[in-house]
Amino acid sequence: MAIEHIMDPALSRIPEGKLADKWTNYKAHQKLVNPANKRKLDIIVVGSGLAGGAAAATLGEMGFKVKCFCIQDSPRRAHSIAAQGGINAAKNYQNDGDSVYRLFYDTIKGGDYRAREANVYRLAEVSNNIIDQCVAQGVPFAREYGGTLANRSFGGAQVSRTFYAKGQTGQQLLLGAYSSLNRQIEKGNVTMYARREMLDVVLIKDKEGVERARGIICRNLVTGQLERYSAHAVVVATGGYGNAYFLSTNAMSCNGGAAIQIYHKGAMFANPCYAQIHPTCIPVHGDIQSKLTLMSESLRNDGRIWVPKKLEDAKRLQRGEIRGHQIPEEDRDYYLERRYPAFGNLVPRDVASRAAKERCDKGFGVNSTGLAVFLDFSDAIKRLGKDVVADKYGNLFQMYQKITDDNPYETPMMIYPAIHYTMGGIWVDYELMTTVKGLFCAGEANFSDHGANRLGASALMQGLADGYFVLPYTLQNYLADQIQVPRFSTDLPEFKEAEDGVRAKIEKIMAVQGSRTVDSIHKELGHIMWEHVGMGRTKAGLEEGLKKLGELRKTFWKEVYVPGEANSLNTELDKAIRLLDFIEVGELMARDALHREESCGGHFREEHQTEEGEAKRDDKNFMYVGCWKYMGEGKEPELYKEMLDYQEIKVQTRNYKS
Amino acid sequence: MGKESFLNVNVKVWRQRGPKEKGEFKTYRVEHVSTEMSFFEMMDTLNEQLINKHEEPIVFDHDCREGICGTCSLYINGRPHGIDDAITTCQLHMRKFKNEETITVEPWRSAGFPVIRDLMVDRSAFDKIQQAGGYTSINCGAAQDANAILISKVDADEAMDSASCIGCGACVAACKNGSAMLFVSAKVSQFALLPQGKVEAARRAKAMVARMDELGFGNCTNTRACEMECPKSVKISNIARLNREFIKAKLAD
Ligand SMILES: Cc1cc2nc3c(=O)[nH]c(=O)nc-3n(C[C@H](O)[C@H](O)[C@H](O)COP(=O)(O)OP(=O)(O)OC[C@H]3O[C@@H](n4cnc5c(N)ncnc54)[C@H](O)[C@@H]3O)c2cc1C
Ligand code: SF4
Ligand code: FES
Repeated sequence: MAIEHIMDPALSRIPEGKLADKWTNYKAHQKLVNPANKRKLDIIVVGSGLAGGAAAATLGEMGFKVKCFCIQDSPRRAHSIAAQGGINAAKNYQNDGDSVYRLFYDTIKGGDYRAREANVYRLAEVSNNIIDQCVAQGVPFAREYGGTLANRSFGGAQVSRTFYAKGQTGQQLLLGAYSSLNRQIEKGNVTMYARREMLDVVLIKDKEGVERARGIICRNLVTGQLERYSAHAVVVATGGYGNAYFLSTNAMSCNGGAAIQIYHKGAMFANPCYAQIHPTCIPVHGDIQSKLTLMSESLRNDGRIWVPKKLEDAKRLQRGEIRGHQIPEEDRDYYLERRYPAFGNLVPRDVASRAAKERCDKGFGVNSTGLAVFLDFSDAIKRLGKDVVADKYGNLFQMYQKITDDNPYETPMMIYPAIHYTMGGIWVDYELMTTVKGLFCAGEANFSDHGANRLGASALMQGLADGYFVLPYTLQNYLADQIQVPRFSTDLPEFKEAEDGVRAKIEKIMAVQGSRTVDSIHKELGHIMWEHVGMGRTKAGLEEGLKKLGELRKTFWKEVYVPGEANSLNTELDKAIRLLDFIEVGELMARDALHREESCGGHFREEHQTEEGEAKRDDKNFMYVGCWKYMGEGKEPELYKEMLDYQEIKVQTRNYKS
Repeated sequence: MGKESFLNVNVKVWRQRGPKEKGEFKTYRVEHVSTEMSFFEMMDTLNEQLINKHEEPIVFDHDCREGICGTCSLYINGRPHGIDDAITTCQLHMRKFKNEETITVEPWRSAGFPVIRDLMVDRSAFDKIQQAGGYTSINCGAAQDANAILISKVDADEAMDSASCIGCGACVAACKNGSAMLFVSAKVSQFALLPQGKVEAARRAKAMVARMDELGFGNCTNTRACEMECPKSVKISNIARLNREFIKAKLAD
């Protein structure tokens, strides 16, 4: 068992005062930097997704000098682009009883009471500003005939608060942030570095001997050269680490690298075991599969999920003898509606995913692998007409048809849960600063707002909240003390040392010259993760998983083969570096899952469930954020517990039944 | 799902070390390809084969693999994004090919998009065009309530259609003049259709077209190849709207 500590509550830097006043008070009292000084202060933003892109643009607008980095060839292609369904806000435009408090409450409850109240309240508070900001940028949200903004419903809420732009909400929000970013690039306030991958953070001691983040080391993915960049503060907004499972809904370049690098430099990694498995993805088709495609949660507004009631019908479906639409209504088991009458098909993701697994484990799966359930639109088409359904979901239906060659207007879709999002991430305080001074973390990369389970349409909200409305204030508060500090030269020894470390690691990888491709090892990692650290976790399984991960690391160092040269474009090397960090992410996830002897949100320990198979939390022993501190290579990390103190909300068992 | 079967294919790929180096076609054989695989999964299989033989894999751009990020490109059998309509290369599936078929794979070929390696090209010119004016000039934090200005559903939907451009560059690659007009007009239209963007519409059109010209993209002669190959079905009527805004700007000069 790991060495454990209780974290000093002061570290979280939660402002005094009533919950509803904290953010207002903070802004009223934070320190400011005058315009002349802003020009002298540099900020590095790693990542150009919703969190990084919004932060870089806004900090540029304020007059800071920003350097922004991304892996893709253009900031517009960050993974946020793929978000389909929508973004939440507490506007209450539908007059259905929504409010800042209700959004706050739903998020805490949806997260299974494992998130920090003050941060979540602030998130709900600024959610409305986000929609205003995006509309002003020209984001073409869906509208009603009367000209007002339209909303839809998402899981875990009984109000309709999700704003959307067809099935391309992430794309439109990201293009909005990208447009603001472009305006600042044109003005010279932001310099964009695309096709760059951060491989280390550089820390420099100040006069008092306090280490502060002052730069990064990047690999230029076109030339293969290592590059140094300096700044007064560094923001890491590099997204989630779901690709540790190899197969996920994440884009191919999503990674956990930057998070692991800063973890090695002293930033704590919080709740790594909280990974979200999304219930509605297109099922796996074969071994060569490279990624999984999400079918947006918005489909659960009108689609009904079912499997056959009779095992023999399931068998015939599995053998391909019949198709879904041939099974009569009375022989269908709408198991979500049956088990959770109050929320029905719109239960939160963790609940829906486990329910699908439960049915398939019992043999009721509906495709050849037995790992799929139906998502059926026939009722909606009858009720609303094909045109209305096409208007709402047309592009998703088209996407489904292109992949599966099946027409969802005629026969029900087949779906299965897949890894989608990581709630865990780098620990940050109220100001989004990590345990390293001057190093901030935003968006999916941090652990902050979603507790043990994220509600649909809340990641876009959090990314943009962090980028547009939180970091611009908190970074300024930090930098106000740094105005006397001149720009840093990248010739300082700290930069050289960090670069040498990165180079040594790359040379070591290139030198292995084994016999296995990077992908083959990554797939093996994915299998270990899905089997041992997946939807249903057990003590024995996790222990075995940890052992296998240790062996896999050895396999990597003995057998990986990377062709080509280090100092040149080398896509295999890019992947090998990320894979090494994924193995470490996997170990952290397994370790965290093993220590958390309870079930909550996306973390389900089979030993801890009710008789009906629902997750059983243990608030007495586990109502804390589990933060892991790196202790050096080959050493066990230590656990720091940030105790969660619910002042406003009464902690209850999650109930979506009544 | 459709019926799975297996194919053997010959993949004739453009290989080029660097922007200044001469490229050539090379043909590789891939056997037992499932019709359920995506085109990129077939390419992954081919790359695994190459790496196992200690050859360097074929470099191509890809990321989301679901048709939204605009990273993937490729001319496949003479068509940008391959032989299916309204999709990106990453959405192309092997069921569209025949057993023993030779599949020709080339990079975007356009003066605006120099080859970096093999099938990977440099599309940073697209970012530069957007930087010239692809935004509304507002700062964060100053916006009024989102419902304060009503926008008709018809305009909002049309703006959304224009905004669905993924910046892939197929329009440029398809155009015999190497024109970026469809790409530019999509952004200009989106904003011109919305009250928030209207204020700067003419100025924006002029600035973006000027930047496009500067970067060496060709003129539009209405061949409509762009519209036919655009994976997001961005319509050529956007170009007409761009021209209107452009003329307005010229008249105001
Ligand atoms: C298919 C899909 C659909 C989704 N739909 C929704 C939805 O409808 N609603 C919702 O709220 N959420 C949704 N989500 C979740 C949401 O999209 C993400 O959580 C969110 O967009 C993450 O934003 P981000 O800015 O934190 O990171 P990303 O958008 O992932 O951006 C990460 C950035 O960091 C860069 N980067 C990464 N590592 C490095 C490095 N080492 N060096 C340099 N740069 C680096 C990348 O290039 C990129 O620019 C969806 C997710 C998926 C996968
Ligand atoms: S207009 Fe179409 S083809 Fe051109 S960049 Fe946009 S999406 Fe690609
Ligand atoms: S890889 Fe994203 S659109 Fe093809």
